[in-house]
Amino acid sequence: MVDSRLPASYMMPGTSSFADFLAGQAPDLLPARRTVPQGHAGDLVPHGTTIVAATFPGGVVMAGDRRATMGNIIAQRDIEKVFPADEYSCVGIAGSAGLAVELVRLFQTELEHYEKIEGMTLSLDGKANRLAGLIRSNLGMAMQGLAVVPLFAGYDLAAGQGRIFSYDVTGGRYEETAFYSVGSGSLFARGSLKKLYRDDLSEDDCVTAVVQALYDAADDDSATGGPDLTRRIFPVVQVVTAEGGRRFADSEVAQIADAVIAGRMNRPDGPAAALT
Amino acid sequence: MSMPFYVSPEQLMKDRADFARKGIARGRSVAVIQYADGVLFASENPSQALHKVSEIYDRIAFAAVGRYNEFENLRIAGVRLADMRGYAYDRRDVTGRGLANAYAQTLGTIFSSGGEKPYEVEIFVAEVGDSPADDQIYRLTYQGQVTDEHQYAVMGGADEVVATYLKEHYTENASLSDALHVAVAALGRSSEDGNGGAGDRVIPAGDLEVAVLDRTRTQPRKFLRLMPARLEALLGDRGPTTPAAPETAATPESEIDPTDLPEDPASE
Repeated sequence: MVDSRLPASYMMPGTSSFADFLAGQAPDLLPARRTVPQGHAGDLVPHGTTIVAATFPGGVVMAGDRRATMGNIIAQRDIEKVFPADEYSCVGIAGSAGLAVELVRLFQTELEHYEKIEGMTLSLDGKANRLAGLIRSNLGMAMQGLAVVPLFAGYDLAAGQGRIFSYDVTGGRYEETAFYSVGSGSLFARGSLKKLYRDDLSEDDCVTAVVQALYDAADDDSATGGPDLTRRIFPVVQVVTAEGGRRFADSEVAQIADAVIAGRMNRPDGPAAALT
Repeated sequence: MSMPFYVSPEQLMKDRADFARKGIARGRSVAVIQYADGVLFASENPSQALHKVSEIYDRIAFAAVGRYNEFENLRIAGVRLADMRGYAYDRRDVTGRGLANAYAQTLGTIFSSGGEKPYEVEIFVAEVGDSPADDQIYRLTYQGQVTDEHQYAVMGGADEVVATYLKEHYTENASLSDALHVAVAALGRSSEDGNGGAGDRVIPAGDLEVAVLDRTRTQPRKFLRLMPARLEALLGDRGPTTPAAPETAATPESEIDPTDLPEDPASE
């Protein structure tokens, strides 16, 4: 007799993890389950670059530039690398663009899946650990040049504050205070934020600070895209507060970016910090 | 060697159907109503943790009556199916019709297989569209039958009584508040008489489980639970409320007295 019902594994209680379920049902859909031939594949794919995140009283801001590079070529000038992960968190990615976008999709589904099955959301630490697990399973590919390094940020409803987590390719998870940055331009962005960041910034000022940091990253790192004035392409900015996450509208970011550029017309290195 | 009793297939199926119907009739009703901005689900369910109505995907919701463990399995299977399809293809490719078909196949196979007891559940799968004309409501019975419902539908215990009230009072393109009033009044009905019986109740807001698929929500996920505070604001003053009779409340509907189980002729 042909049994046309849903497979027994669908009805099995137990796991609330979508990735675990996929591993049993359709392992080929998991990015980490693919075997890549020996050799270095890093030069074959576009790479995403700089992501910056910073907290402010009441929430957290994450922003990413819009450039993907393949060696000396600009592979895409309007790629999006910052995504909402769920209502109260967002994730930005640096590294192999294709794998990273796939991993973000898996992570988004993972969080939503858990929420629907369990009837409640994971804690912010739970989400951060789950992302670490997904990154860890990608280690084999990372060693062949296809690394994905995310930056995770969210509003912790229990603690009442924005929090930022960084990762390494082995799935190491590190909580950062105040601000952090990943990707090729991250050193310049972090240096910039060191001088600009204050812990009493308003939401709009915090967005201005991360846009300044991305400008500084693009100024010194060829793989990070600066504001594209002719095409009006500006960073993707995601803000998460107690009310949930939202993406800054392009027009809002454009306004802030225009103000930053206007300031740089007078002083190309950006705002000067006090010496003492 | 013992000779198996001969039971005609008609009798066998009838016994199984009676068994399932009996289990379903024990529970309280779930009503689903189309309103201007989407689809509303309402049921009397004092538990805030064990839901009868849940989210499956962006535009799709699930409601069930009957045995909790059985419909909970089906709900989880639906979430897994939807999430996997949405991940493998695209979020837009997850449809209520596909889900209803999968459920129909599953329930139908279980019902007609000799070795298992039939599921004592009935299910609604609803999908909200861009306009009321695109909304879809599927009703699935314990035997895997699918029917396409319009405007309103009821399943579970006193479904006839509730459906009669809805038939008389349903209006198209009602506001959320109006639709909620009609649904809640229907659930509190005790007799089919249009004037209501002596046993009509005003169900307390805390004992209601209400959720909507609201097409006007800006998020892709259109499912929203209406919590008691919001329900009270929407329902306004309805006079003194009466919780369900304690004996029904104390007996979870999913519990079945083992003595009620009919002897399965096929297993002898």
